[in-house]
Amino acid sequence: MERIFRIRESSILIVAIVLIAYFEYANRDFLLTGPSLQNLSQFVAPAAIIACGEIMLMIGGEIDLSAGMVFAFAPFILHYVYAAGVPVLPATIVALLAAGAVGFINGAVTVWLSIPSFVTTLGTLFLLNGITLTISRGTPVTPPDTPLFANIMGAWGYSEILWAIGITAVMHIVLRHTRWGLHTVAAGANPIGASEAGINVNRLKIGNFIITGVFAGLTGILEGFRISSFDPLAGGNQIMFLAVAAGVIGGTSLAGGSGTIIGGLIGALVLGVLSDGFTLIGINAFLFNIILGAAILAAMLFNIHITRLRRIGAK
Amino acid sequence: MNPQASPPGGGDALRADDIIKRFGAVTALDGVSLTLGRGEILGILGDNGAGKSTLMKILTGYQPQTSGRLFINGQETALHSVDHARSLGIECVYQDLALANSLSIYHNMFLNREIVYPGPIRLLNNREMRRQAKETLDEIGVHIPSVDLPVERLSGGQRQAIAVARAVHSNAKILLLDEPLAAMGAREAGLIIDLILRLKSKGDMSIAMIMHNYAQTLEIADRIMLMQRGKVTYESAAKSTSVEELMEIVRREYRAMRAA
Repeated sequence: MERIFRIRESSILIVAIVLIAYFEYANRDFLLTGPSLQNLSQFVAPAAIIACGEIMLMIGGEIDLSAGMVFAFAPFILHYVYAAGVPVLPATIVALLAAGAVGFINGAVTVWLSIPSFVTTLGTLFLLNGITLTISRGTPVTPPDTPLFANIMGAWGYSEILWAIGITAVMHIVLRHTRWGLHTVAAGANPIGASEAGINVNRLKIGNFIITGVFAGLTGILEGFRISSFDPLAGGNQIMFLAVAAGVIGGTSLAGGSGTIIGGLIGALVLGVLSDGFTLIGINAFLFNIILGAAILAAMLFNIHITRLRRIGAK
Repeated sequence: MNPQASPPGGGDALRADDIIKRFGAVTALDGVSLTLGRGEILGILGDNGAGKSTLMKILTGYQPQTSGRLFINGQETALHSVDHARSLGIECVYQDLALANSLSIYHNMFLNREIVYPGPIRLLNNREMRRQAKETLDEIGVHIPSVDLPVERLSGGQRQAIAVARAVHSNAKILLLDEPLAAMGAREAGLIIDLILRLKSKGDMSIAMIMHNYAQTLEIADRIMLMQRGKVTYESAAKSTSVEELMEIVRREYRAMRAA
């Protein structure tokens, strides 16, 4: 079991290394200077953090389309709570709680009203987008002027990627070494069987929606401090789909039942390298989307095919 | 044997008296009585819709009966949940086996009863689960190359064996099997029949199983009971009946149905 996942992750890791080698060759300073590393990590970190949540959901057979809107929503909660006189740390916690509450609503509506999460979170996507635009009046604001806190929360060049690596490590342990992770896989692979074994599938799903909401909100706050602007139009569907794509490229099945957090981080790295690399080489944005789309399809076909080959090989 | 004749409780592992189950206007079980002796294998036969699965769900505590009494080890008991039934040593292997395909054999065997390390984080103790899983499988004579394999790599018979092993590991005293030989080839079925007989030979386990195939049932079971439209219409020791006799009873039923 462990070995299979290692193999699955190593195939996408090879893709990442080849891409990095290519861009390093084509563009010299792609990777090996401080500024270029920081630049690359900005492309990688947001998708990697949100992917940690989306992967847990996808393993359980669910998805959260609203994550990109939680990303934009949470910084404004922080802003208004801070403006009301609350210190920045508790204000941030309130913002994360609000993001978690959105996740709770997504999960509760999905499991208690038996609505597919695709529909539930499509609803909250538009709802939250409207709320964020309304409370912000469509105008960006400046984050709290607290240099140390800002540096920890994304302003310092490497802080965002450190958050991403730390969260990935924790979520990897949660997925592979705790009952929560094991039950999430079981619930995705065989929901009826999992309930027959006494697992509370609804509680798991709601929990994973909350995790995704909190991560999406945290990412929005990190990005806001990084660019020192809370923008109601930040994040959005682009970042949500990048996170889902990172998970899928990394080897997580959209149908549920299997997935890997480490794979998601490497998937985000591949997407980040493509974005950063093409930007530096100067490929135009239209062509970039064509290549990105093809890369996602190729990675998915590759993963499905490899899984099938392995199964044949094992017999 | 007439269950009403024996004193309440007695030496039986499980006894049901006059169980009735209604779903609205539909009567799924219409006064079913059964006994399962200690160390006995009971085969429950019957067509689809005869009420076998409903009976199973009542015995596992999955749903309550409308009326009737249940005795477990001689004690009258109202089962109020699957966990409650489990705590009394009743384990059921459902037809879908309740296995998670992508998980390893040992994780499946410990599903929702995982062993964790002490401490606040409670990480999974995979080493101990692996060891105990191997031990249980060896004990009941199920040979599988590695307990690390995901169950999706196993054959139907092996998967059934894992599901049974899970029930055995959790110290089942009364094992309920829902069509354990369904959709299995002869060799695979042989594997499970051997497993069931080995469990019986341990002496303290009582097994009730829903079956479709008369020949296989008579081969494994000590006693059989035939259910038709929510009632037990025939009951016999396995060695004093035959496939022909059972077929004849069912055939008579079909003729009566067509005539009506």
